[in-house]
Amino acid sequence: MAERSFKAEVEDLRLGAGETFTGEGILALTKALLENGVGYVGGYQGAPISHLMDVLADAQDLLGELGVRFEANANEAAAAAMLAASVHYPIRGAVTFKGSVGVNVASDALANLASSGVTGGALVIVGEDYGEGSSIMQERTHAFAMKSQFWLLDPRPNLPSIVQAVSDGFELSEVSNTPVMLMVRIRSCHVTGSFQTRDNQKPKLSVRDALSNPRSDFARVVLPPMSFAHEQDKVKNRWPAAEKFIRERKLNEVLGPQADFGIVVQGGMYNGLIRALQRLGLADIYGASDVPIYVLNVTYPLISGEFLEFCAGKDHVLVIEEGQPEFIETQLGSFLYRAQSAVKLHGKGLFPQAGEYTGQVMLDAVTGFLKTAAPAMLAAVVRAPNMDRPAIPDLSKTVPIRPPGFCTGCPERPIFAAMKLVEKELGKHQIAADIGCHLFASLPPFEIGGATMGYGLGPAANAAFDGGGERRPVAIIGDGGFWHNGLSSSFTNMAFNKSDGVAIIVDNYYSAATGGQDVMSSRADNATKATKNPISKALNGIGIEWVRQIDRTYDVKKMRDTIREALTTDAPGPKVIVASSECMLNKQRREKPLRAAAIKEGRRIEAPRFGIDEAVCTGDHACIRLSGCPSLSLKRLDDPLRDDPVASIDQSCVGCGNCGEVADAAVLCPSFYRADVVHNPSAWEARLAAFRARVIGWLQRRRDGKRLVFGGAQ
Amino acid sequence: MTQHQAIPMAAKGMDGVIKLALLAVGGQGGGVLTGWIEAVARANGYVCQATSVAGVAQRTGATVYYVEMAPAGAKVPVFSLMPAAGDVDIMITAEMMEAGRSIMRGFVTPDRTVLITSTHRALAVSEKMVPGDGIASSEEVMAAAEVAARRFIAADFDALAVAQGSVISASLFGALAGAEVLPFPREAFEAAIKSGGKGAAASLRAFAAGFAAAQGAVAEKPPEVAADTAPRGPAALLAQWQALTDRAGRMPAPVAEMASLGLRKVVEFQDLTYGAAYLGRVEAVLARDQAPFELARQAAKYIANAMAYDDVIRVADLKTRAGRAERIAAEMGAKAGNVVQLTEFLHPRAEEIVGLLPAGLGARLEASPTWMARLDRWFNKGRRLRTDSLRAYLMLYVLGGMKRRRLGSLRHRQEVAHLERWLAVALGYLPANYDLAVEVIRCRRLVKGYSDTHARGLSKFDRVLDGVALVAGRPDAADWARRLREAALKDEEGKALDGALATIRSFA
Repeated sequence: MAERSFKAEVEDLRLGAGETFTGEGILALTKALLENGVGYVGGYQGAPISHLMDVLADAQDLLGELGVRFEANANEAAAAAMLAASVHYPIRGAVTFKGSVGVNVASDALANLASSGVTGGALVIVGEDYGEGSSIMQERTHAFAMKSQFWLLDPRPNLPSIVQAVSDGFELSEVSNTPVMLMVRIRSCHVTGSFQTRDNQKPKLSVRDALSNPRSDFARVVLPPMSFAHEQDKVKNRWPAAEKFIRERKLNEVLGPQADFGIVVQGGMYNGLIRALQRLGLADIYGASDVPIYVLNVTYPLISGEFLEFCAGKDHVLVIEEGQPEFIETQLGSFLYRAQSAVKLHGKGLFPQAGEYTGQVMLDAVTGFLKTAAPAMLAAVVRAPNMDRPAIPDLSKTVPIRPPGFCTGCPERPIFAAMKLVEKELGKHQIAADIGCHLFASLPPFEIGGATMGYGLGPAANAAFDGGGERRPVAIIGDGGFWHNGLSSSFTNMAFNKSDGVAIIVDNYYSAATGGQDVMSSRADNATKATKNPISKALNGIGIEWVRQIDRTYDVKKMRDTIREALTTDAPGPKVIVASSECMLNKQRREKPLRAAAIKEGRRIEAPRFGIDEAVCTGDHACIRLSGCPSLSLKRLDDPLRDDPVASIDQSCVGCGNCGEVADAAVLCPSFYRADVVHNPSAWEARLAAFRARVIGWLQRRRDGKRLVFGGAQ
Repeated sequence: MTQHQAIPMAAKGMDGVIKLALLAVGGQGGGVLTGWIEAVARANGYVCQATSVAGVAQRTGATVYYVEMAPAGAKVPVFSLMPAAGDVDIMITAEMMEAGRSIMRGFVTPDRTVLITSTHRALAVSEKMVPGDGIASSEEVMAAAEVAARRFIAADFDALAVAQGSVISASLFGALAGAEVLPFPREAFEAAIKSGGKGAAASLRAFAAGFAAAQGAVAEKPPEVAADTAPRGPAALLAQWQALTDRAGRMPAPVAEMASLGLRKVVEFQDLTYGAAYLGRVEAVLARDQAPFELARQAAKYIANAMAYDDVIRVADLKTRAGRAERIAAEMGAKAGNVVQLTEFLHPRAEEIVGLLPAGLGARLEASPTWMARLDRWFNKGRRLRTDSLRAYLMLYVLGGMKRRRLGSLRHRQEVAHLERWLAVALGYLPANYDLAVEVIRCRRLVKGYSDTHARGLSKFDRVLDGVALVAGRPDAADWARRLREAALKDEEGKALDGALATIRSFA
C-alpha cells in the first residue's frame, strides 16, 4: 500500500485488556487474531477483506514486537499453502481472501491441508461476496467446506460474535486437527460496532523458532497409503472431536421460548431474521424473540443430535439459508428423515431459490412460515387494515442504471479508446478479458471484451484460438492478474503453445481494483516487498519476443498504432503489449497534497484541466462514446436554437489528456482545449504572458472594431 | 416539500430505532458522511451501527450506506445490516437519479420516510453517450418523491458545497441536521465535523449552507445577468442591424422570436448581408405558412443552424474572440498572478483544406484522389496549438478572418446545395401534409459534428429522408418522420434507425 496510510487503524490493534474497540468488523477480526496468539498471517486482497491485509501491512512494527509473520501472498493458493506451517508445528496461522473466488483459487492447497490435518490452529477467513455490491459470480463457499471437510463458522454479524468466532475457530481447529473457515459476509466485514479488547498474545511458538527445530512426519503427506488413512481419520476422529467441541462449547445457540415451531438460521443471517420478527412485533429491540431460534454459528458440520433436540416437540421448522444449492436444508431434512421425524421442514419455496435475502424477502418468508406454523401469533398484523397509500409513480423507465466504471483520469480509458478505434478500422475481434478494473471496459461506452474466466486467466481463455485465423484473438489482463497467476497460467501457456494471439497487459502500478496494493511491478519503494520488477522482463524471461512497452497510455495514437501493429504484424508467436500508466486514484492521492504544498511554498506548478468551447461543440457526444469519464458530462444550453445538450467538463477533471488525445486520434472535433494554470510563474514568464495578452488584445480590438460584436453567451 | 400523515407502526421492539439509508455515487464521500452520522450518534448517548457494500461500486457506481441507531441501554440492540423496503426513516440521496432509485427500491414510503436529496445530476454513461438528448427526467423523479416521501427536502447540495470549497457529504450532513429528524442539536453535528480535523473549516461552511437549505432558506443565487443581445460596433453596421431586426420583428410572434435568434447567429457567423439572406429564406417559408406558424418557426431555427455551419473559419474565429481567454481563466479558477496556457486540439484533413478553397478549384482537387492524398500527407495531422502564444494565435486569427472568401468556398457551395435540397424536399410535402413538412424541417437536427461524425450525421439525414419518402403518402407520415429522426439520435451506428427503416419497408 503505497498511497494510503492505516496508522489510525494500527493504533486500534494495540488496544489492551479492558479497553473498547469501535470500528469495522474486518478490523475487529484482525485485532482478534492478535489477541489469540496467531503466529503468522497471510492472504490475498479483495473486497471485503482487503482491509485486514492493508492494515497488517502497515502494522509491521507491532507484528515485529509480537513475533508474528505477515505475508501478502501472490495469490489465494499461495496463501492457503502457507497454512502448511500449522501442519507439523503447533503454531496458529490465519489467511484471508474473498469467497467464493479466492476459495476456488485456493482449493488445491485447502484440499491438501484438510487431508493432512493440522496441529496448530489454522483459520481461513473468507469474505463471502454475495448479494448486493458483489463483483463476482454468485456461488457459495459452503460447498468447499463440504467436499474437503474443513469446518465452517458463520457467526452472528456483530463485533463480539465475530471476535469470539476467531477464538473458537482456533480452538476447534486444534481439538479436531482440522482447518477451520470463518466466513464473514460483505456487510459483516463493513459493519461497525464495539467490543471489549484483550491484550495481544505472542504466539507460543513463533515461525522463527520453528525453523530452528524443523519437524516432519510422512504420515501427514498426501500420498498413498497415508491419503486413505487421512480420509478415515477425518470421519472417525476429527469429525467426532469437532462435534463434541461444538456441542460442549455451545457454539450454536438456541434462543427464545419453547414452542411447537421454530426457525433455524445461519449465524450471518440472524440480524435479518430478528429484524423481520421485530417488524412483526415478535421480537424486541434487543432480539428477545417470541419464536424459538436455533442459530447455526457453525454451518458445517451440522450436528444431528443438537438439531433433533431443537426439533423435539415441534411440528414446523423453517430453515433460513441464503444462496443455493441449499446444502443445510437438505442435510437437516436428511437428519429428520433418518430419525423418522414428523417435523415439517420449510425453507426454499417460502424463500426464493436464489439471490440475497433482503429485508422484504425475509419479512415475506417469515410471515409465510408463521401463517402455517403459528397463525395466531400473526393475527394482529394480518388484521391490520390496508394502509391508504398513494400509488408511487413507476420510475423504472426513468432512472438509468449506474454500473461502476473507470475513474476520472483513469489510464485504462485511453487504452480502450484506442482499442475501439482499431476495431473501427479492422472490425470486431475475439476479445477475452480478465479480472480487475479493466473489466469495466466491457460496459458501455467501450463494450470491449466478452467473457472473463478468472483472475490471471484472460489470455488462457483465448487458448482455443491460439492457432490463429483471419483475425487475431485479443486478451486483456491487468498487472494484478499478471502476477496473481497470469504469468504461468496465461503467458507461459501462450509462449509454450506458440500462440498467435495478442495480449494487452494493463499495468497501472498497483493491484488497483482491490484498493491499490503493491505488486511485483509497482514503481513504489516498499520496505518489505520486492517491487520495480518490470513485466516486460518477465515476458522476455519466458521467451516471448514480441513485447511492446508503452509508458504513457494517454498517447492514444501510439496506443492505437501499437495495437494495430500487434494485430497485423507477421511476427510469429505471442504479441504482448504492456501498457503502463499509474492508477489515477492513487496518483492523485499521492500528488494532490504535494502539489498543494508546493503552491503554498511558492514553487512553480502547472495544473492542467480540460475544457470545451460550447459554441464549437455540436452535441453529438462522439467524445463521450470514446471516454465515459465522470468529469466529461453534458450540459443543456439556454439557447432555443440548440436541441441537444453539449459536452461539458467539470472541475473534477484532472487533466489526464484523454479528451485531447481522442479528439485528435479519432479526428472528432475542435471543441476541446487544455488550460494549464501556472501557479507561481517566473517573472519572465509572467512578463511574456502579459506582452502576449497585450498583442492579442490589440488584434481582437482591431477586428471587433469592424464588425458587430454580440454580448452575452457566444 | 410535502408532509404526509405519519402512520404509527405496531411493532413491539422497533421503538426508538432510527433507520437511515444513504444512496450515493462512488466518490461522493458517502463513507465520510456515514462516519459523521455515527460519530454524532455515539457522542450523544446512542448506540449506532453502520454498514456499506461499497466494494467495486466505489468506482463511480451507485452505492448504499446504512445506519441504525437507538438510545444506549444496558444491552446492545440487534440492528439490521441492510435497509428494508418500507422501513426507512431517513433516506439521503446524493444525486437526483439516486433519489429515484431509492424510491424504486421502496426505501421511501409516505408513512415514515423523510427524503433528503440533492437535485444535481451526475449523468450515467447511458445518458451521456446517446447522440441526441438522453438525459433522464429529473421532473419525473421530483414528482414521484413528492408522492412517496413523508417529507421531501430537495436542493442542489452539490453546488452549495462546491461554492464553499467543500464536497457534498458536508452539505448533506448539514441538511440532515437542518431537517431536524435526528434528536441531536446542530452543535453536536458540527462537533462531529470538527473532530475530523482535515478540511473542517470548509466542511463547516458547506454544512451551514446545507443546514440553511434544509430549513427552507433559499440559497443566495448570484443575480442573473440579463443576456445582452444588443450588439456593439460601427454606427453604420448598427443601423443595418436595426433594420434587419425590425424586419424579423415584423414576422408573427412565434416566428419572430426564433428568427431574431437565428439572425444573430448567422450575422455572427458571417455578416449582415448574410443575415438578410437568412431572413429572405425564412420569409419565403413564412409566405406559405399560416397560424400558428409552426413550419416557419422551425424553419427559422434550422435554417439558421444550417447557414451557420461549422467550418474552419467559424472555429478559428470562435477560438480567437475577445473575452475567451478571460472566461477560461475564470472557469479554471486561475487567480491573479497565475498564468494560463491554452492548448487547442485541431486535426485538419484534406476535406477541410479543399473546403476552404474557391469552389471550382476545391471541387477539382476533391475529385482527384492523388491530390486528396497529397493534401492529407501535408495537413492531416493532429495539431496542438498554444493559443496563448502569438504564433498559433495569429494562425487562427488569420483563418478566422477569412470570412470574405467563405461565400466563394467549396464548403459553402456544398452547404448551400444541401440546404436548398432539404428545404425543397420539406416544402414539397407542404401542400399534402403540413405536419410532415414540419418534421422534415426538424430533421436538420441530425446534421452535426465534425469529420466522420458529420459524415455519419449526413448519411443518417439522407436515410431518414429516404424513409420518409416511402411513407409520405400515409396519413401518419409525420409521426413516422418523427420516429425515424428520434431513432437516428438513439445510437451512433444507427442500429435503431435501421430497425425503424426495416419496419417501414415491411409495410410501405
